[in-house]
Amino acid sequence: MSLARAESRRLVKRRLTKVIVIGVLLVLAAVVAGSWFSSEKVGAAQVAAAKAEADRNYQEALRSAAADKEKCLAAQGTPEASQWPADCNQLFTPTIEDYNYEWYMPATFVLREEFPLMVAVFALVLAAAAFLVGASFVGAEWNSGGMMNLLLWRPQRLRVLGTKLAVFLGWVTVLALVLGAAWTGLFRLLAEYRGSTENMTSGVWQSFGLTGLRGLAVILAAGALGFALASLGRHTGMALGALVAFGALDIGAYIMASLAGLSFPDLWFVPYWLIALLTKEFVTTDWTSCDYSSTAGCEPATFTMTWQTASIGLAAVTVLIVGASMLTMRKRDIT
Amino acid sequence: MTAVLEISGLRKTYRGRKGVRNALDGFDMVVEAGQVHGFLGPNGSGKTTTLRTLLGLIKPNDGRMAILGREVPRHLPAVAREVGAIVESPQFFGNFTAETTLSLLADAGGVNRNRVHSVLDLVGLRDRSKERVKTYSLGMKQRLAVASALLKEPKLLILDEPANGLDPGGIREMRTLMRTLSESGMTVLLSSHILGEIQLICDSVTIISAGRRVTSGSVSSVLAQHTSGGVRVRLEPGVDLVGAAQLLRAAGAQVNLEKDHFTVGNASNPAQITKLLAERQIYVSELSPVAADLEEVFLELTGTAPVAGHSRQVDETVMSAGKGGWGQ
Repeated sequence: MSLARAESRRLVKRRLTKVIVIGVLLVLAAVVAGSWFSSEKVGAAQVAAAKAEADRNYQEALRSAAADKEKCLAAQGTPEASQWPADCNQLFTPTIEDYNYEWYMPATFVLREEFPLMVAVFALVLAAAAFLVGASFVGAEWNSGGMMNLLLWRPQRLRVLGTKLAVFLGWVTVLALVLGAAWTGLFRLLAEYRGSTENMTSGVWQSFGLTGLRGLAVILAAGALGFALASLGRHTGMALGALVAFGALDIGAYIMASLAGLSFPDLWFVPYWLIALLTKEFVTTDWTSCDYSSTAGCEPATFTMTWQTASIGLAAVTVLIVGASMLTMRKRDIT
Repeated sequence: MTAVLEISGLRKTYRGRKGVRNALDGFDMVVEAGQVHGFLGPNGSGKTTTLRTLLGLIKPNDGRMAILGREVPRHLPAVAREVGAIVESPQFFGNFTAETTLSLLADAGGVNRNRVHSVLDLVGLRDRSKERVKTYSLGMKQRLAVASALLKEPKLLILDEPANGLDPGGIREMRTLMRTLSESGMTVLLSSHILGEIQLICDSVTIISAGRRVTSGSVSSVLAQHTSGGVRVRLEPGVDLVGAAQLLRAAGAQVNLEKDHFTVGNASNPAQITKLLAERQIYVSELSPVAADLEEVFLELTGTAPVAGHSRQVDETVMSAGKGGWGQ
């Protein structure tokens, strides 16, 4: 317990932790502010204005079409006729359906539709922060010799590293839950004053909760991976280097899969796995294939990656790397 | 006396691309309770490897180690509370203050945080304790390292080069501190290259070379074993020093002529010297035994004395002649 308390104090006292948490707060505040100022509450006046705007545009389009038809008819038998269709009746004539008033409505934040994306944004911002703080928390300890000092006091390698990781993930969870609650509350308010909270059933809130839990899993996995990679390399730079190298490899694999004509090259691109995890599923299409049916003709094949599949992949990678860091902690000499 | 620290047959082998190197090759050491024990050896001889192995940072290939009567590394978690240690250069997270650094260690080790101020005071860092460690000089970091080792009021204190970076006043303070700690019942294992300090502070020593113990025992016994039996002879001013030396050489003495005196190496009976010289009316003003100091014993035992025109390599010692080093 004393070790956990010491590690907790150490994490909170670190300057990088404070800087990154402040950075996270600023980024999240910027997203909320941006959404606030780009959204507008929609009422009867806005609907009427949008309908008027749509009608104005429709009338303008009709006038333009009529003028074009006149020019077309006037050009018949002259050299300019080649610029017009042979039958002037073939010229496009707009219809009222082409001018849906909803397209002229101001941007408004519909909580039910848009909050899941905001949960994904929240999760990705916190995941990046967790990766950095996790890597630095243990990497700086290794690099500065602090880990060796600590092991002179507590010569229980796995307990020391495990406690550090547990304390770190515990704090990340607390931060994610507190900020997540604030995030939800702020967007609820935003929808109330600058958007819409229509159709918010308990089922929708439940769905938001599950999306949030998947987001939390991504945040914790990112933190654990940053921590474990830095511990493996005994330096913060190891985690950052591994991330960059993995990113380059992943882009390379994606390009190679595309060039090799593999059926679903998107599956080689890890960010799509994260999208699947955060948005329940990701559907990728093989545009070169043809699933023929007599009713629909040739349809391209699709593959749906579910959040369950993506979760298993992320969990496997996390367990593998954290396990490797624990194993090397137990086996390798500390010099 | 009871042994606080026992090491026997300790082996540590490193395998590299250039072959196998035995960092420790059956090393033995015993440190008795309440003593200040010097641990000496040339660079690369295995001192730090021994200390790291003892403290569980390195896994040995073979051998037995015990601290306070308990086998380590198996019982190290249980005895760690009784052992304060600094290994090699002091290493701390630079952005924390000395006070924070020590209070975090106190928390981790379950030690009362109130101890922090007293140990900072003890090593002379009280007034600088709220400054970041990265602003400290090497000597100040060294003091902080000693403070961290003392924080848990250990029974065994292991210090690897504690005088590194200390100013002369700091070295003297450190010497006094070692003595005080020893008098309070603490056992101190002190690794250092400052042999004069070791000779002044330590009750006993172990000298290691090429991963093996070359000698051990009380400082006086180690010095006595390597005292040559020679005497220093000084004559009255104006007397022919060269003539007197030739006279003794003619009688079979091994004489080394110095600027204002000479030494006789095989003076088993110093009275013969005065007798021979007095017969020629040459009178001796000083006749004193030549006592070996620890530096000479160290250089002799480890074979690391500088030789004119030869650049000695770090693994080149008496013990490693013809063996050891990379590529065995």
